[in-house]
Amino acid sequence: MYCGYCGKARVGVGVGGADDQTEVDHSACASRLGVIDPPRFCGECARRMVVQVTPAGWTAACSRHGEITSAR
Amino acid sequence: MTAAPEQLDVLSVAREQVLEQGVGLSEEQVLEVLQLPDERIPDLLELAHAVRMRWCGPEVEVEGIVSLKTGGCPEDCHFCSQSGQFPSPVRSAWLDIPGLVKAARQTAETGATEFCIVAAVRGPDKRLLSQVRDGIKAIREDGNDIQIACSLGMLTQEQVDELVEMGVHRYNHNLETARSHFPNVVTTHSWEERWDTLKMIRDAGMEVCCGGIIGMGETLAQRAEFAVQLAALEPDEVPLNFLIPNPGTPYENYPVVEGPDALRAVGAFRLALPRTILRFAGGRELTFGDLGAKQGMLGGVNAIIVGNYLTNLGRPAQDDLDMLDELSMPIKELSKTL
Repeated sequence: MYCGYCGKARVGVGVGGADDQTEVDHSACASRLGVIDPPRFCGECARRMVVQVTPAGWTAACSRHGEITSAR
Repeated sequence: MTAAPEQLDVLSVAREQVLEQGVGLSEEQVLEVLQLPDERIPDLLELAHAVRMRWCGPEVEVEGIVSLKTGGCPEDCHFCSQSGQFPSPVRSAWLDIPGLVKAARQTAETGATEFCIVAAVRGPDKRLLSQVRDGIKAIREDGNDIQIACSLGMLTQEQVDELVEMGVHRYNHNLETARSHFPNVVTTHSWEERWDTLKMIRDAGMEVCCGGIIGMGETLAQRAEFAVQLAALEPDEVPLNFLIPNPGTPYENYPVVEGPDALRAVGAFRLALPRTILRFAGGRELTFGDLGAKQGMLGGVNAIIVGNYLTNLGRPAQDDLDMLDELSMPIKELSKTL
């Protein structure tokens, strides 16, 4: 629902009404997310997460939605 | 009327001065190198590589780094996503001891000889130093004899002595940029305060690791100024970073350093610092991509940070190890550093 890089909505920003499902362009975010940056915002609620980067991976914890980790 | 003396090409001069005699380039000469046209970059890199091979040898020093204390820093280094003064999305975090031990183990498993423990602070307080002490002890109890470096900001003499006693063999404290540009980058402390810490580290017998970041709005002349200021410090290691424009920082909209400019910087810094460990650090993935990283390794660089950085991600360590293998560059062994 939310972009892990910028924390903004992935679809709909309200301009098309309450049920707006327009996809928002996050291509600039995608060029960095997972490549240069770990996620900083929770995909469920857009809260800023506590992120720990280590040499071989990362963990990102949302106070409401728990922890996610890198594949590697 | 007499003819003007022929202007000697800076790379021809460098071949004699740096490659043959081991004398680093002057500020004016470094600036000339930084102004070379794109078509001279291969010549520059070939010379820088020859200098590295002659004065440092073929081995590559591999290092991993980890952030022990992330974010919430009171300083205002404009490039840094960990400053508490900017609306960066980076939240404060502390790595616990088991996490630190695991990170050190993962680093050692890559064949790295260096593990640097970093904290985003102005300088360490008692709690942080205690955490570092406990962390080093736990890493050793884990059977890991990797060399440990620290980067904990500005130090007092007492803190320098404490780190020596803990067995920290190298200390990183970057001057970041030229002295003339520093006030544009940081206002909460001075270039001279950083220099004072570096002097204490050197005098205490620890190895000095000091570099900076290319692409923070400095002019080419300031880039040259920085290279010779680093040379004057005679550091054991210079980590060369390229700006990652991080969201929320004052530099978030700065352009990424162009590949050719970055390669000129790599070559120029090697020619200013013929005997120093020159390390590829943060931002190389963004600036160079895979191909440029190889060019840099063949252009004077003889050390590399593998894996992730402090808050940003790097390439998987294995990708870099494969690259070194492909380039037939041996990784420095721990036994040769002790």
